[in-house]
Amino acid sequence: MSLMTTLLVVLVLSALWASMTTPLLRAALALALTSAMLAVVMFSLGATLAAVIELSVCAGLISVVFVSVISLTQRRPFKEYLARRRARLRRLWPLPVVLLALGIGLSFVRAPVQIALPLPATDGDVRTVLWNLRQLDLFGQILILLAGVFGVLVLFKKEAKDGD
Amino acid sequence: MAIEIPQSFWLYFIFFALLLVDGLWCMLATRNLVRILIGVEILMKSVTFLLIVAGYFSGRMALAQALVITVIVIEVVVVVVVAGVILGLFREHDSLDVENTREMKG
Repeated sequence: MSLMTTLLVVLVLSALWASMTTPLLRAALALALTSAMLAVVMFSLGATLAAVIELSVCAGLISVVFVSVISLTQRRPFKEYLARRRARLRRLWPLPVVLLALGIGLSFVRAPVQIALPLPATDGDVRTVLWNLRQLDLFGQILILLAGVFGVLVLFKKEAKDGD
Repeated sequence: MAIEIPQSFWLYFIFFALLLVDGLWCMLATRNLVRILIGVEILMKSVTFLLIVAGYFSGRMALAQALVITVIVIEVVVVVVVAGVILGLFREHDSLDVENTREMKG
């Protein structure tokens, strides 16, 4: 098994852990591990800038947001937790089996892989592409960030009114 | 213009499919809002992964990275806003159950 295959297996296993584990905090940490593994895979494939952003933003910032949300919610009574855990396991136990069967089944398929590209493959520096060729994307990103900031402000403003 | 993709692309595609199914199952098998958000995150990871793999095999890694950066920005905004909405719902209903949203007027 090559190093890349090992990394991909760990990536899927961490995602599986995030979706199957019952404590929410553990699920958030497993999601951070998934992001970190994805960053390693991206770095191995040569996408260094995207890997750094994935590691810092997705494994760092988003995990902090998840942990904050979880810490602001109340703890469940232990009996209810156990009952929920049993119900969750009943719903989720087929998932590893389905993933294993899907992986084995797809590995036996030998699809003819040929894709049509509309343009000849020309590639430059990522900064050139981002700042010169995809400027509209940057405007969109700025607008989305502003929308997010305003969304959070509105939510907190409402909360402050409720507290008054 | 058609290019021949190496067979190793299939290996990456299999792992993309596994991540996609995992994220979908995580979303559908729960009623907890935080866990649904975790499922959405796993789906976003699978899309990010496929974009990078497509850039790697087509030789357009710079373009793929630019798109991935856009995806990550959108992901962060979605997570932060939805987290705020989840907290608001929790303060209103004292529960993270998605069924509570059925009672809303909107």
